[in-house]
Amino acid sequence: MSIDMTQFLVTFYEESFEGLEIMESELLNLDVGAADAETINTIFRAAHSIKGGSGTFGLNAVASFTHVMETLLDEMRDGKRDVTQEGVEILLSSVDVLREMLQSLRDDLPLNHDAISVAQEQLDNLLNGSANNEREQVNTVTDSYEQGTGSNISETGCWKIYFNPNRDMYKTGNDAVRIIRELEELGEIEVRVDTSSLPGLDDIESEDSYLSWEIILKSDTSETDIREVFAWVEDECDLIISPYSGDVGDTKKSSENKPELNVAVLEKSFDALAPQAEALAARFYESLFSNHPEVKPLFKNTTPEKQQAKLLAALKLVVGSLKNPEALVKSLTEMGARHQAYGAVAEHYDVVASTLISTMKELAGDLWTSEVNTAWQDALGIIAGIMLDAYQPVVASGQQSQSTTPKASTPTKQPANTNKPATESRKASGSGETSIRVSIDKVDELINTVGELVITQAMLGQFGELEELDNSHLDTLRDGLSQLERNTRELQESVMRIRMLPISFAFQRFPRLVHDLSSQLGKKVELKMSGEQTELDKTVMEKIGDPLVHLVRNSMDHGIESPEKRIAAGKSEMGLVHLDAYHQGGNIVIEITDDGGGLNTEKILAKARSSGLVSADDNLTEDQVHDLIFQPGFSTADQVSDVSGRGVGMDVVRRNIRSLGGTVDVKSKEGDGSTFRIRLPLTLAILDGQLIRVGTEIYIIPLVSIIESVQVHKDKVNVISGRGEVYKLRDDYIPIVRLYHAFGLTADSTVLDKGLLVVVEAEGHKVALFVDELLAQQQVVIKSLETNYKKVEGLSGATILGDGTVALILDVVGLYELSKKVTTHPGLNLSSSGSSEDGDIEEIEVEEGKLDIQATNESSSNEDSGGEAVA
Amino acid sequence: MNDTTQNEHSIDLMSVGNDGNQFLTFMLAGEEYGVDILRVQEIKGWDTVTKIPNTPEYIRGVINLRGTIVPIIDLRLRFNLEQLDYGVTTVVIVVKVVSDGEKERTMGIVVDAVSDVYNISSDDFKEAPDFGTAVDTDYVKGLSTVNEKMVILLDIDHMCNSAELKVIDSIAES
Repeated sequence: MSIDMTQFLVTFYEESFEGLEIMESELLNLDVGAADAETINTIFRAAHSIKGGSGTFGLNAVASFTHVMETLLDEMRDGKRDVTQEGVEILLSSVDVLREMLQSLRDDLPLNHDAISVAQEQLDNLLNGSANNEREQVNTVTDSYEQGTGSNISETGCWKIYFNPNRDMYKTGNDAVRIIRELEELGEIEVRVDTSSLPGLDDIESEDSYLSWEIILKSDTSETDIREVFAWVEDECDLIISPYSGDVGDTKKSSENKPELNVAVLEKSFDALAPQAEALAARFYESLFSNHPEVKPLFKNTTPEKQQAKLLAALKLVVGSLKNPEALVKSLTEMGARHQAYGAVAEHYDVVASTLISTMKELAGDLWTSEVNTAWQDALGIIAGIMLDAYQPVVASGQQSQSTTPKASTPTKQPANTNKPATESRKASGSGETSIRVSIDKVDELINTVGELVITQAMLGQFGELEELDNSHLDTLRDGLSQLERNTRELQESVMRIRMLPISFAFQRFPRLVHDLSSQLGKKVELKMSGEQTELDKTVMEKIGDPLVHLVRNSMDHGIESPEKRIAAGKSEMGLVHLDAYHQGGNIVIEITDDGGGLNTEKILAKARSSGLVSADDNLTEDQVHDLIFQPGFSTADQVSDVSGRGVGMDVVRRNIRSLGGTVDVKSKEGDGSTFRIRLPLTLAILDGQLIRVGTEIYIIPLVSIIESVQVHKDKVNVISGRGEVYKLRDDYIPIVRLYHAFGLTADSTVLDKGLLVVVEAEGHKVALFVDELLAQQQVVIKSLETNYKKVEGLSGATILGDGTVALILDVVGLYELSKKVTTHPGLNLSSSGSSEDGDIEEIEVEEGKLDIQATNESSSNEDSGGEAVA
Repeated sequence: MNDTTQNEHSIDLMSVGNDGNQFLTFMLAGEEYGVDILRVQEIKGWDTVTKIPNTPEYIRGVINLRGTIVPIIDLRLRFNLEQLDYGVTTVVIVVKVVSDGEKERTMGIVVDAVSDVYNISSDDFKEAPDFGTAVDTDYVKGLSTVNEKMVILLDIDHMCNSAELKVIDSIAES
């Protein structure tokens, strides 16, 4: 019956965060002063869905907070309120608070009440600024948020609810019992059902509702909360909720007294029995204990004689005061309370009543007519009822749990049900469970491809049934196989496309960031974005977010100059930051361009020299100098600002991007601005690889890093200081890394002109890998070596080839560094430690400075392994 | 005859209930070693491996185990025993290694042959004698006697965790 809400909760959070993003971006679009009604409407709708959803899931804090925002937006929409810069700022900060609230709720963390109340206050103040009649409403909401209850608390702490469902309420899926149980959670309830409109059994439509209820709810909840319970059936029932002042017990008694007691008959029959009273009492207990031994413990504190006397006194009292019902009720209530102390429960009264009647019948003989019997039965029933009433205030809860186990299990479970799974799901989602929204087109495409695959399979399956293959079959088989290949490729592509999301997901946070930062920095910056539809793997997208933020902040803080400076430099006051994304080859390229001051080559160089990254007599090209900003601990900012300039950052950016298999570099012209170019693989799961062979081993080089492959002309190989080999390719001198040597293998040939050089580029440095043979090019699925082993230097992973064997994927950057480490060991120069161009020499030295830092950061044993392996 | 085997079975079952752990034993240079059977994922024949460059010799390489890349350790080389050509009985025991703060990892160990499965109660463990630095007994969980023979019970987690592998790396290199 109970629906597992947790599954919806996850969706709710997702949608809410999307809603918040919409609100944020639309708020930023809002033109202060002349707001577009449609824009406000969009914001309003987003807020409204969040409010609605949070209300449904009982996230009241969110609901009431959103309500205030909604009120504000509503006024703006209706033109009652001008869209002011202040209003937008406050709404933006409210969006932040709301996001934080939702995140805390999702991750099951405590809410930041301070932040919430501050934001709430801001909103309230804004609202109270003009429309006065809003004041009350806001207060109500604030109250309800703070106390978790609404207004109109019944003074007596007691509500009377008349609930009369329409005939067809059940047909809409609502259940009166569920509603009543829900009321039970609010407080102690007394329910009386009115069965007067119940037709005869033959006429009953099983799906119709004939009953109505009168419910007394003892609870200090608000009327709103009670109405909430009836929220789903409001339109399908007569509902009257009114404060109730009478004592709960009274109504019941007066109604229970309704069946008229046949006083005369009772008195007469009791008189007739009076002479045998003692025999009656003795006989009564005898038969009671013999027929119902379970009640015996109740009488353990008394003797049979005493108890018999008590019974008679009680009976006399009852019959004697039949004409004085009020006194009777009082004494019975007292008696009930005593019985309760003995541990008697409802069932016991039935037992006692039936035994008493049968005993009296036995003794009265002919006098015991059916009329007398009915009269006594009624009387005893009423007496039991009154006595049990006396219990109720105390016992009610106890009774519920023990006597109504099957019935009560639902109400007691319900609160647990609603709270616990929610908590669990929050935890689950907090621990990184992520989902992805895929456009239906992509799914359709996938299904189509699978359909084709099935057809191809059926076609190929026919060959299995053939006795023998002749030439015509072979042709069909070949066709089928090529079709299979195509299908597989398509399938692979469509599956990969499911993971692809437009980069706008990563870009969408920047309008806000730029908006906030520009006011914080006192600069005027315009953000331009293009290529937002460029698709990128979700995993890459998640990891590229932070580096991008860092770069944008950096551009705004260090790149764009202050308005005064800009005007002085003859530029427009408004700075420009341009985010662009496009596909290039198998890569996605993201460019962050600013039209600011550009990198100050002199300053960087001075800084690098002072910190010892570069020696004073080094002569670096401009690009090499610019590249220094990616060195750890490098910052040229005169002042460490809130935004950036601490010198941690650009190296982290580069490291993060490298861990994604990407590269980052910077082009800058002093005075004109800089461009950071990030190049990333489209996906982390599959790569286009070039298979190469060294001796018996097969390795894979990522195709994107290969520039070209050349056959060696001996006269172009130069050896520096006897060991370091370089290859002259056009105008470049490229260090040669002999793969067999770096990896300790036996190659076909150690003579350079018998093999091939594969020229690869990593981080702007070219390396020529000496291999025996180039094999096929193919797409390979990347498998991690670290899952079961550990990171191996020079390798980025492994893959499984068509024949099931494992091939290792080369990490070009790692190889380059591996080769450099080799050069640090004297006499082991396998690759160049320099070239005829001065610039190159410096560059390598700079890189080595960086390398040392990294080596200490990571693991010193790694460095050893690199060196020693070659030794 | 039947009776005796049945008896043996019932004894086996009893000893399982009696805090006994089952150990898969294998032969290595004439000695019998045991690993906790719950750690054994599968046993497969020796197949060609892909060598990983710049790793210690005892890491034979990696294999493709139904789509996952699993490193293979030659236990003879790991224990600095004389190397033996792989023959028909040479097998790879694929084990799961759990070490503190790390994910469960799957590794293969190459041994001369598999031997038997024994129930060995932890009470029957005897500590390995301390050979000082001459023999590293850190990865020996204990010694036990089964049918008058000594079985060396290995602590597979300790032997194969990455910290250990790193230490071995550096020792091997120096």
